[in-house]
Amino acid sequence: MKKKWLASPYIVWMIIFIVVPVFLVLFYSVAEQTEDGWRLTADHFRRFVDPIYINVLIRSVVLALVSTVICLLLGYPMAAILASKEYSRKKIMYLLIVMPMWMNFLLRTYAWMTLLERNGVINSILSLLNLPAIDILYTNKAVVLGMVYNFLPFMILPIYSVLSKIDDSVIEAAQDLGGNNVTVFRRVVLPLSLPGVISGITMVFMPAVTTFVISRLLGGGQFMLIGNLIEQQFLSSGDWGFGSALSVIMMLLILASMGAMSRYEQENGGGALW
Amino acid sequence: MRFLKKSYVFLIFAFLYAPILVLIVFSFNESKSRANWDGFTLKWYMELFQDRQIMSALYYTLLIAVLSSIIATLIGVIASIGIFSMKKLPQSLVLNLNYLPILNPDIVTGISLMVLFIFMKMPLGFVTMLLAHITFNIPYVILSILPKLKQMNKHLYEAALDLGATPVEAFWKVILPEIMSGVITGFLLAFTLSLDDFVISFFTTGSGVNNLSIVIYGMARRGISPKINALSTLMFVSVLLLLIIVNFRMSKDNSERRTKIERNKENNRYLFNPGRDI
Amino acid sequence: MTDSIILQLQNVSKIYDDTPALVDLSLNIRKNEFVTLLGPSGCGKTTTLRIIGGFEEADEGNLLFEGRNINDLPAHKRKVNTVFQKYALFPHMNVFDNIAFGLKIKKMERKAITEKVEYMLKLVNLNGFEKRSVNSLSGGQQQRVAIARALVNEPEVLLLDEPLGALDLKLRKGMQVELKNMQQSLGITFIYVTHDQEEALSMSDTIVVMNYGVIQQIGTPEDIYNEPKNAFVADFIGESNILDGVMEEDYLVTFMGKTFQCVDKGFEPKERIDVVIRPEDIKLVPWEEGLLGGVVQSATFKGVHYEMIIDGENFSWMVHSTKMATDGSKIGLKILPDDIHIMKKKVTQ
Repeated sequence: MKKKWLASPYIVWMIIFIVVPVFLVLFYSVAEQTEDGWRLTADHFRRFVDPIYINVLIRSVVLALVSTVICLLLGYPMAAILASKEYSRKKIMYLLIVMPMWMNFLLRTYAWMTLLERNGVINSILSLLNLPAIDILYTNKAVVLGMVYNFLPFMILPIYSVLSKIDDSVIEAAQDLGGNNVTVFRRVVLPLSLPGVISGITMVFMPAVTTFVISRLLGGGQFMLIGNLIEQQFLSSGDWGFGSALSVIMMLLILASMGAMSRYEQENGGGALW
Repeated sequence: MRFLKKSYVFLIFAFLYAPILVLIVFSFNESKSRANWDGFTLKWYMELFQDRQIMSALYYTLLIAVLSSIIATLIGVIASIGIFSMKKLPQSLVLNLNYLPILNPDIVTGISLMVLFIFMKMPLGFVTMLLAHITFNIPYVILSILPKLKQMNKHLYEAALDLGATPVEAFWKVILPEIMSGVITGFLLAFTLSLDDFVISFFTTGSGVNNLSIVIYGMARRGISPKINALSTLMFVSVLLLLIIVNFRMSKDNSERRTKIERNKENNRYLFNPGRDI
Repeated sequence: MTDSIILQLQNVSKIYDDTPALVDLSLNIRKNEFVTLLGPSGCGKTTTLRIIGGFEEADEGNLLFEGRNINDLPAHKRKVNTVFQKYALFPHMNVFDNIAFGLKIKKMERKAITEKVEYMLKLVNLNGFEKRSVNSLSGGQQQRVAIARALVNEPEVLLLDEPLGALDLKLRKGMQVELKNMQQSLGITFIYVTHDQEEALSMSDTIVVMNYGVIQQIGTPEDIYNEPKNAFVADFIGESNILDGVMEEDYLVTFMGKTFQCVDKGFEPKERIDVVIRPEDIKLVPWEEGLLGGVVQSATFKGVHYEMIIDGENFSWMVHSTKMATDGSKIGLKILPDDIHIMKKKVTQ
């Protein structure tokens, strides 16, 4: 028996549990049941072309982008500091970044619910300082806050990982050749850190654009992102056709972002940058 | 400059941990208030343990995690060896398919599996949730084992056969020990992902079978409850303990390894010193 | 020898975690000199180089460049360039951009940059490699890019940190010749760090032998080899036979129970000293003709010579000879007065 046939049981499993489900969703997205059986239709997709639903898609993408950018702005300096000489020896720093990722995702989101409430901790501290109360729970801002909070470690970690692998002597060589700190960062560190940045962006944007938990808990029952819309179609409305169409649209969105990401990676992967 | 860096690091860590710490503190609060401290109490913890829904969810969470990670590891080990022996083209096809659950957003995986189960007229419940967990666990197991197979010396297996072992014996005595660290990593990874999963479980379960995440979601949707705070504290503490233990064992391994290497170096110096003897 | 002094270290000390890396080190380096810092791992040679380059700070002492104190001058402002041990090429840039890096920082014109880079590529025999990615190069090619990248900036002083360590023997020998030629034709001061004494002997104008952060001896290769100042230097450079002896009077020394003529003087009468004799200076003669002798314990063919261990009374001699003596045979040893080197006994700390 050749060893490669050992993989066949799993291949069968994959076909049943990975391939078939996707095809089923594709099927439901373009099919409609009538008295005589099934027929192809574009109705489900056509329903999507409605300002309400388009807005949901736009809002999902925009909020995810905003969160990604914030994570990048906050996370890059953090990763850079942790990778620098003073901190890199302390393994505990690495653990401290990883630990929130091990905490249950729902609990982390729930934590912000309690903090942001009208009579929650943040507001009581603010009133102690005689500052106006904030009322951002159930708004865009709360959702973005929830996304940033949940996904920040996913941005920090890949960037930290790439930065810490940069050989010290490469930095010293750049200084040796006349580069001050700004130049060394711009011309050596930043280009070399790009693979980590791209990883981080991927690991933040994807879950952010497809979430439905963060938007439900921090945005409230009426706050719809594309994830909520899909959940609603399948579990409340029972409209599998529309729900599948939305799923297909989401899958295309993901494919498009991954395509854009890998093209950017290739352009800046090898060779000179300036 | 150094102070600026220190304060930034501190701020970010504060941002990451403050919410959790607030949760923990208020789990001991006498009243339900989320802003005012009304006294220390353990009553929310007791209510937690008496809540049957939560205890049953805990039971199912652990059961599914253990079962799915064991089964996923078994299937994954065999599949990894098979995949590793495949030719380039079919291998990359299978691998791309394999990584689909990792790359797909979990809502897509969850929804598609739910559609499958309903289409096959399977009632949603324990079995479907278990099947779903196994499905998304196996790719991570394979992801952990394949690099180890690549690193392994190709000739070890052949050497075993040459010395008279049957393929099965060769597998057990030679291949498995080499890839064991990948197997364990994969198992732990699968276990952790399974414990923590929400979205996929949410869509593939039914008839009262819930895991902890689903219960928390339900409770959170209905509003805040200090019982959730108590639950968070317990989960945080267990994760903390786990990480400390793992880290402790890893550094013990490393220091043992280091002293062994040092001792070897010393021995070699005496063995291989060329030139004159005294 | 009227070259002016370009670099001075004055009483430089450095401590790492309670271990002294450099102890009160003072050194003058002249223009256009090829200086090698030589010693075993941990002797402080690399630390010295990094202090000159600006990547480490001395705890005590002064570093003077052309007379000016540069203790606090950051690395990127110093007129020195470094060839790093593991090349440290920028992985995200091709060969051209690596070499041009320093020139671009100086905001040189594109045409001037291209000219200089091309000249350097020719100098290191890498023309045509401009667009190649540095990861695709062999070790020797990467080394040459690292050298070109440093030299193109026309530094006053070039620092080289064991640059040839990762290359195979033949390539290393070839590069040693090339580097020496480059140094002489470009007229740049080279400060070279290595633990390979053969390398140091073949390339340097001056060798600085170091151990435990202290300079053991400074001199030309011939001086160091022929007149080692102490047992450490004698043992580190080349092979040596080192024995106890007594200086009876000037030009007369006793060891192994016999008295020999030698060419050293200036010691106290009856002073106890170390005697150093190089293996290649010991001649094999028939047993009867030798002042010293012994039984051949082993004879190994090394290509250039035979390396033999000959057991005399209480001492094993190492002898390099083109003649061979068979194991177990009794053989006589003859040493000329010129080849007997006397050193003061090493003061143990």
